[in-house]
Amino acid sequence: MTNPRPVKLDCRNVWKLYGTGADRLLQDHVAPTLDDMREAGLIGAVRDASVQIHEGEIFVIMGLSGSGKSTLVRCLSRLIEPTAGEVNFEGRNLLTVPEKDLIEIRRKKMGMVFQQFALLPHLTVLQNAAFPLDVQGVDRATREARAREVVELVGLKGREDYYPRELSGGQQQRVGIARSLAVEPDLWFLDEPFSALDPLIRREMQDEFLRLQALLHKTIVFITHDFDEAIRLADRIAVMKDGEIVQTATPEELVLNPATDYVGEFTKHIPRAKVLRLSSIMSPGDAESVAGQLPGTARVEDVADQIEAADLPFRVIDGAGEAIGTVDGRAVIDVLIGRSHG
Amino acid sequence: MTALRRPYIFWLALFAVTWALSRWSFPLYKALDARWIIKFPKAWELPLEGWISAAMAWLVESATFGLFTFRDLTRFISALIEAPYDLVRNLLVDGFQTGLGQNAVEVAPSLSWIAVIAVVGALAYYAKDWKLAVLVGACFLYLAIFGQWESAMVTLASVLISVPMGAVGGLALGILSYRYQWFERALRPMLDLMQTVPVFAYLVPILFLFGFGPVSALVATIIYAMPPMVRITTVALQTVPPEVHDVGKMTGCTRRQMMWKVLVPVATPTLMVGVNQVIMLSLNMVIIASMIGAGGLGFDVLGALRRLDIGAGVEAGLAIVVMAVALDRLSQAFAVRERGHAITGGFVKRHPWGVTVVLVIVGTFLAGQFLPALQTYPDGATVTTSRFWSGAIEWINVNFFDTFEAIKVFFLNWLMLPVKRFFGGIPWPWGVVALGLIGWRLGGWRLGLLCAVMTLFIAASGLWPKAMVTVYLCGVSVLIASVIGIPLGVLAAQNERAGGIIGGFIDTLQTLPSFVYLIPVVMLFRVGDFSAMIAVVLYALAPAVRYAAHGIRSIDPGMIEAGKVSGCTRRQLLWRIKLPLAAPSLLLGLNQTIMLALSMLVITALVGTRDLGQEVYIALTKANTGQGIIAGLSVAFIAIIADRIVTALARKSKERLGLEA
Repeated sequence: MTNPRPVKLDCRNVWKLYGTGADRLLQDHVAPTLDDMREAGLIGAVRDASVQIHEGEIFVIMGLSGSGKSTLVRCLSRLIEPTAGEVNFEGRNLLTVPEKDLIEIRRKKMGMVFQQFALLPHLTVLQNAAFPLDVQGVDRATREARAREVVELVGLKGREDYYPRELSGGQQQRVGIARSLAVEPDLWFLDEPFSALDPLIRREMQDEFLRLQALLHKTIVFITHDFDEAIRLADRIAVMKDGEIVQTATPEELVLNPATDYVGEFTKHIPRAKVLRLSSIMSPGDAESVAGQLPGTARVEDVADQIEAADLPFRVIDGAGEAIGTVDGRAVIDVLIGRSHG
Repeated sequence: MTALRRPYIFWLALFAVTWALSRWSFPLYKALDARWIIKFPKAWELPLEGWISAAMAWLVESATFGLFTFRDLTRFISALIEAPYDLVRNLLVDGFQTGLGQNAVEVAPSLSWIAVIAVVGALAYYAKDWKLAVLVGACFLYLAIFGQWESAMVTLASVLISVPMGAVGGLALGILSYRYQWFERALRPMLDLMQTVPVFAYLVPILFLFGFGPVSALVATIIYAMPPMVRITTVALQTVPPEVHDVGKMTGCTRRQMMWKVLVPVATPTLMVGVNQVIMLSLNMVIIASMIGAGGLGFDVLGALRRLDIGAGVEAGLAIVVMAVALDRLSQAFAVRERGHAITGGFVKRHPWGVTVVLVIVGTFLAGQFLPALQTYPDGATVTTSRFWSGAIEWINVNFFDTFEAIKVFFLNWLMLPVKRFFGGIPWPWGVVALGLIGWRLGGWRLGLLCAVMTLFIAASGLWPKAMVTVYLCGVSVLIASVIGIPLGVLAAQNERAGGIIGGFIDTLQTLPSFVYLIPVVMLFRVGDFSAMIAVVLYALAPAVRYAAHGIRSIDPGMIEAGKVSGCTRRQLLWRIKLPLAAPSLLLGLNQTIMLALSMLVITALVGTRDLGQEVYIALTKANTGQGIIAGLSVAFIAIIADRIVTALARKSKERLGLEA
């Protein structure tokens, strides 16, 4: 599947090895194996990671703790210096730009949200949100006006003068989000932003996040260890294990064709109806008499009732309104009870 | 050798040999006609003392940096400290004058006593609440009413000057050692040494460089109070969560912005704990430094001790206590203070306290022109408790003399003298060997070598007998402090009410400057080893209690439940489960107790001990830098040996419990 949107962040063959002699190992071996590393006494936090993140997409990096996802996102923003590789952002390799330019890029083009919120305890909500602008030397009136906008955007209007300690976890993370949006970043990193929150609040924040994205259309790199969260939010997902990206695909592709047993373990328990779209379960060809038309991008879960209630199959159409196949009640039931096709 | 590896046999054998050698070292020397056994040969003594003194003399008399001499440098530093000190002192005590001596004309008086109380009260309210304002105000009012105002203000002036300098200096050094690893590596051993070298030893070279007077006292105070601030700053910066660093980087902070906009503000609560320490250490040192001209309350205590003026000593001592409590509570309140919400409105509305304080200052200044009582607390209205204290102590001494004497004699005969004889008899060559063996046994050959070399240094400086007196006094004091402190700590941990009372008591003990402990002890037991021992025990009690309580409290509750389920009685629970698990913590407490005991021991030289402290004290009175530094280093080495050995023990017990790999 080709993605029509241009690549915003292109990360090629990034390595991050911990231990002495990491550079030498990478010079000697083009692609050292886990055994090579064990022998050299090194730990491979990120191994040969390549991802392309397209403009305006939500790209989720999913992995369990210790899989290297946090390290990878820090390599992408160069909070951690990768051992080898390239990270191209708008045509420049971030890993070689001078410190001064990097500061400028971070000031103007990047925003990041952190797992533990990382709010500055001595500043109020408004001052926290205005902090990135303060660092840039923006005058007080301008930066506070902008901070008020983003604070309102995340739904904290009226709490501008609160200190972080006076807010709940969910509210604190809203401040974290407001702060990362204050500079109108092109590239938005979210490092497990909702993992420290209660499940109910987490769900609410995910909705909030989707609402914001519908409004702002940022290019997003989102880290999570929660596969449900990944499925719910992602346009595309990269699954990491032991520092390696095992598969990069849309949620649907992951569920339908897990590349390894490891990925399969995750997808097995995912209710397919929530992930699969009609275009994946339709039968090819067209039918004479149909109950109606449905877009191929509709999720099974959302149209299941409709299809099941009808006696006739539905015609599935693509974006241009062309018929691409048909879907009937049986196909939907297959998905719902987990029966394989055919 | 295989037998030696068995733990009990090794320790038993070591003790037996040491005891035998100690008991018969004198006959042994007679029999072999080898005097070197009991006394380090004069001919082999290190001439370090002379070298250091000569080096200091050269530094002061002829060292030059080309453009300016070393003496110019010390004079420059003097001026730098003296100018603000004079200003604060004029403000608090002397008033502002032009002209000198007879021709002096007062331009403006010092702050009135009412104004000072208003300022500290307002600060306390700003930092916390009304209750604290009343407490701190009452403390200062006490100073006025009981006639200690002037001395107290002199002491306060010294504290006010040395605290900002110590805190800012400590912060700067802390930031540098956080930023540059090489700097930290260079600084750390110096900090370690400075914390173990007794305070008197600082005074000697400073006295030599800056002469007798307030400047010397301030320099000593600043140097003394700075190391904890350096450490706390480094730790505070290092413990800022990594995500906060990331925030700074991702928002594009420069290095300077990172430090001042992110790290330092986030670390501020911890840094304020450091400032609190600087304040308390400064107060402690300003009192001690009265010996080299700081004046103030410390001088009053010292004078009273010398005159054996019981009443005056107790009065000045109480004033120090009151001041320590006020400063401690106030600075602690600032440390935990949470920022309130901004108040909007006019200037007066936004700064109610600033405005009030200015009004009080101006008001009392104007009113003081007509009513002197508002300016200076009238002498006639002061209450002196001096006679009461003298009477009370006299009454105690008359009625309980026999009791106190009996206690003293009992301890001396049954504990202190035998221990003294034991340590005093150990021949120095065996001391070196024995400490080497202990170090080797507990921490490997490196530690053994370190212990042996340090011990040899002490012997080679001709200080062996005095060092043994130090070890004996310190050992006995630590033993008694542990015997009292550990049960108190266990009690505090097991019983909440007792914990509250004991905690408060220990907190108060710890805020008191070390000097204060000498007063009641000398009053009741006069001078000598026993008095010194009591003062040391009081001073060193706190860590034994605290660490014991902490050790018991931090035991995994699951273990205690497991014990209960297994049917342990309360006693079994304590002896079989709690105490063994708290052992590492108890050892850490022991370590701290030893350190505090050593530092206090040097101060007790004032009440007539014949140990290394006395050596330092003698050096101080003679301004003999070499002697002072060597004796100071010897105390530091004893401290270092003790520290390393106890730390090794603690590590072993932790490993045994599987608490740490």
